[in-house]
This record gives sequence, structure tokens and C-alpha cells, in this order.
Amino acid sequence: MQFGIFSVADITPDPTTGAVPTEQERIRGIVEKAKLAEEVGLDVFAVGEHHNPPFATSSPTTTLGFIAARTERLLLSTATTLITTNDPVKIAEDYAMLQHLSGGRVDLVMGRGNTGPVYPWFGKDIRQGIELAVENYHLLRRLWTEDVVDWEGEFRTPLQRFTSTPRPLDGVAPFVWHGSIRSPQIAEQAAYYGDGFFHNNIFWPLRHTGQMVELYRQRFEHYGHGAADQAIVGLGGQFFARENSQDAVREFRPYFDNAPVYGHGPSMEDFTRETPLTVGSPDQVVERYLTMRDHVGDYQRQLFLVDHAGLPHKTVLEQIEILGTKIVPVLRRELDALRPAHVPDAPTHASLVAARDAALAAEGEPPYSDAYRFGTGDNWTGLTAEGGEQARRQAELKERRDRQRLAASPAGKGTDHE
Amino acid sequence: MSDPRPLSLVVVSSGLSVPSSTRMLADRLAAATREVLERDGHAVRISVIEVKDLGHDIVDATLTRFANERLQSSIDVLKAADGVIAVTPTFNLSYAGIFKSFVDVVDPGTFTGVPVLLGATGGTARHSLAIDYALRPLFAYLKADTVPTSVFAAAEDFGSATTAKDAASLDERALRAGTELAQYMARFAGITGGAITPTRARTAPAAASPGPAVDQRGRAGALDEFADFVPMGDLLGR
Repeated sequence: MQFGIFSVADITPDPTTGAVPTEQERIRGIVEKAKLAEEVGLDVFAVGEHHNPPFATSSPTTTLGFIAARTERLLLSTATTLITTNDPVKIAEDYAMLQHLSGGRVDLVMGRGNTGPVYPWFGKDIRQGIELAVENYHLLRRLWTEDVVDWEGEFRTPLQRFTSTPRPLDGVAPFVWHGSIRSPQIAEQAAYYGDGFFHNNIFWPLRHTGQMVELYRQRFEHYGHGAADQAIVGLGGQFFARENSQDAVREFRPYFDNAPVYGHGPSMEDFTRETPLTVGSPDQVVERYLTMRDHVGDYQRQLFLVDHAGLPHKTVLEQIEILGTKIVPVLRRELDALRPAHVPDAPTHASLVAARDAALAAEGEPPYSDAYRFGTGDNWTGLTAEGGEQARRQAELKERRDRQRLAASPAGKGTDHE
Repeated sequence: MSDPRPLSLVVVSSGLSVPSSTRMLADRLAAATREVLERDGHAVRISVIEVKDLGHDIVDATLTRFANERLQSSIDVLKAADGVIAVTPTFNLSYAGIFKSFVDVVDPGTFTGVPVLLGATGGTARHSLAIDYALRPLFAYLKADTVPTSVFAAAEDFGSATTAKDAASLDERALRAGTELAQYMARFAGITGGAITPTRARTAPAAASPGPAVDQRGRAGALDEFADFVPMGDLLGR
């Protein structure tokens, strides 16, 4: 199971002092937090994408690229990447580049954006949010899996003989999760492709989260990717811990009471009962998060929000340390022991490469070669004849495998479309 | 004639004091409705939502955008109602703010097609048009099937003699309104025929196709929001 932290780098005044970090402090602070996350043994660091104050995360791949250079093992992810307003061509390029630079330590969580005005900032129309997410993502997948793409759609100019560069590392696209809180359509989208589903439930009751995840699991099985309990699920989480639980409650309360989103609303006690927020000793946090699987089944990724509501940088670093040393080791041991053998881990670059290689071998195909397969003259795109042959053949095989899986699934047997 | 299940009559009362004249009016309307339904052979189950008791939960839900368990259980009762009696005090020519706040945290579609009897209370009968100027447009927007007679009770109504011979007495008005609501409820529940079919929202799609699950009355079912998607194959044109 993967554990980590995610941040939207909100710039929020500390309610106890009134101090407001500068953008410089917040941005450099993010890097420090990510480095510490790796040092204390966490697996994942994910950063959000916002294009408005009070956030400092407008350029995720720049941030993640910088972090990649300063870490060794940490898996870098997003929370979330705006599939609606970003050009899929640019997402394909940026994250393939990050894959190469980080040695495959990248995956993405797709989201539609959390503020309506972001659509016109990038020339898009919010009324088409779902349609944008569907079309853009389908194109993104093609740009990563096919060397040369001819494409025509509704929301951007057509592509003719277009090659997105660099090609994904080792010929394998980054694993993708789809994040959604309220839209069943996104759970359906994740299930259709056999991608992961991330429910950021930090502000939501677990009964709601459980229903959304269950929908995703059923549709995952429907499309023939495996049994419902083998679907790839991630959850958000939120905690504040001190050795002594009363200290945690006393220290966190002013931050809770004034927090963006839920501040000045429910009491901390009510909110901790209804949502995953847990304030107390490390043992209490462990105890709470051991119960999440009762609501969503065995899952693969648990991320925590630790740096919000104006908590000082130093306090957040302490929380990351507590998470990595006191909470996650116990959760990891207990949850891995509870998880049945047939429930997979979240895919990583290494596991995706291995799966691809195994599929090629099973079909008696030559192994994947990453030899450069494009013309090196002044042509602006296009494969060489030799390189193109292998790429074309392997893309066809993948397409055939997908078709066969779908045909053998309940979806392909006509229980769905008719 | 008897029904397989009792009809669910839900009373939403947003009085603020104890005892509350709003609650007294609500109870009187509920009793009148029950009397008529039972006379016609229909069993009735009355549930009361005291909005005041949910005050903090409603504000929390307004800020967090989800209802906690206590509030959700009241909303669930409302979603299954065959008829609703909604009564509020009159403040500044309108319903009480807490009454509107409650309505605002209830899922859209909850009142679609549902028979609703409107009531309000106030110091004097001068405020009585608040029902028609404020409450009725709100429930028109919510696509409720409001009954023609609404009941406003002023302080003097609770003090005056109750005589059924006086057409303007509170008892008489309550009985008239309750009779209308009882008839609307029986029709809504499909027990009696009527010119208006019970289904007023979009009709349910074919069973095999996922889509918003809408019950026969055109209202959203409990898991409706989780069925609201189009299969990917359709979206991708495959």
C-alpha cells in the first residue's frame, strides 16, 4: 500500500498569529516538505493545480521536476491535473518529460477543477466540463500510447500525423487516477479505462465515499479489468497528531475553527465524527485509518492533507515526521497483512513495464526496444520505416488486447449499451 | 378500502419558541389531514421535523455542503413523504430564515410533484399574505403540488372561540386545507385516480440503462446521484 501527502499550497493566514507566508516561502516550503516525506519513508507526494490566489501551485510539473531532482524514491503525483482546461497535448508532453527526468516516478490524478472561473481563463466553457474531461483524456491516452496520432474532436484543432515528445519512458504511459468527489461520470470514466479512482474525501462523510467507490468498483468489473475488489482505489485523509491527544486537540482547534472550507461551521468533534479528520495521538490516527477499508474495501493509496489552514511550516514538518515514523509504519504493516493476496498494489512504472513485457512475451512478440524510431532529418514528425513497424505492430496488439478484454466483459456482452 | 402501507405525512415546523404557535398550527393541520384520510380508509404515519432542533446541523450543512447523520435522517424521511405540511413563522413579510436554510440543504427534486400544504403564523392577520407572496412561490419553484388553501394563524386565532359554524375559524380553515391535502395525497400515492398523473418529472429510463433513477412519482431515489452517468462507450461514440 502507498502512503503519502498531498498539498494545494494554499496561502492562509495562521489564525493564532496572523502571519501570512510569502509565495516564495510557501513554494520553497513545499519542496522541503516533499524531501522530508521521502526521508521519513513516505511513498507519494502530490501537488494540486490552481490558477488563482490564494494558491501557489499553478505550475505542477515545474514544482515536481524540481522535487524529482532532490529526491530518490518518492513517487510524484498530482492533486489534481486539470484535464478540462489543459491542452491534452501539453499534459502528454510535460508528464512524459517528468517521467524521463524522474526515472518513472510519476503518476497523475485527473480532475475537472474546483472553481468555475478557471474554465474561461483557459478559453473553455464550464458547461462542457464533463465532455471536456472525456474528450481530452481519450486524446491524452492516445498521445501516450500511439507514436503518431491522427485525431479530430470537438474542443481543439485536429491533429495530423502528430507525435507527442518525448515518448513515455520505456514505452509505458504514467499510471492515471481520476479524482472526483461528486460526479459518478468520473467514476465511470476511471472504470472504463481500468485506471485508478481517487476519492478526496477529506470534507465528506464516509457513507458518501463508500457509495462512490462502490460504483467505481462495479463498473471496473463490468469493463473486464478484474474483480470489483481488484480495482485501484485511493483516499484522501486528514489528521493532526501529538504524542498526547489532548495537546493535539488544543493545538489544532484554532486552525480547525478558522480553516477555509469548514471553519466557523461544525465543531471539531462533529467534523471528526463525520469525516476522516482525526485529531489525537498517533495511535488514535492509526486506529481510525485502519477502519477506512470497512467503508471502501481494501485500497491501494492513502494520502494525507497536512499543510493547510495556516499551520506553520515547522508544525507541518513535525506532522510529516509523526506520519512517517509513528503512523504509517503501523498502518502499512496492519493493512498489508489484512489485504487478501488477489488484491493488487497500485501500478508503478516498474510493474507497468513488467506487465507490458509479459504481454509481449505471451504473444510471442519481440521485446520492447526504446531505440529512437523517428526520422532525424528536418521532417517535423513521422516514424522511420523500421521504427514505425515495431511501434505500429505493438500499438495494434495493445488495441487488440483491449478489444478482446472488452468483448469478454459484461459490457461487451451487451448488458450495457443496448 | 385500505392501503397496503400507511401514507407518510411529514410535518416541517420551524417555530422557534416552546410552546410554539407554529407547531400548534402544524399539529392542527396534521390532525385535520389525518382525520380525512382515515375517514376514507387510509392509514397515515405522521413524522414531525422540528427545524429548530436541527438548527446547528443546518448551518453546518450549509458550510460543509453535506448533511450530518441526524439531518440526513430527517431529509430521508422527507424524501419518502406522500404529503408535506410546511409551517413557518412570518418574519419581515417572509418565512423564517431557518426555514429557508432547511429547504436549501434538502436535495433538489425532493418536493417535485409532492402535495404540500402551506401554513404560517404571525402576530396579526396583517401578515397573512406572506404565504402567497413568499411561501407559495418558493414551493412553486420547487415544483411541489401545493394545495389551494393555505392557513395563516394569528395570535387572535388561538384565542377565539372555535366553532365549526364560523367559516373563518381556524378549525374550519384547517379542515378545508386538510381535506385538500388528503385528496392530493391519495392521488399522489396512486390510490385514487385523477386528471393529473402522479409522475411529473422525467420518466424513468428503461431498466437496463443506467441513468438517474426516478421513482414513479418523478422524484429522485435514494441512490439517484450515484446512477447519474452515461456509459463511456456511448460518450465515445462506440
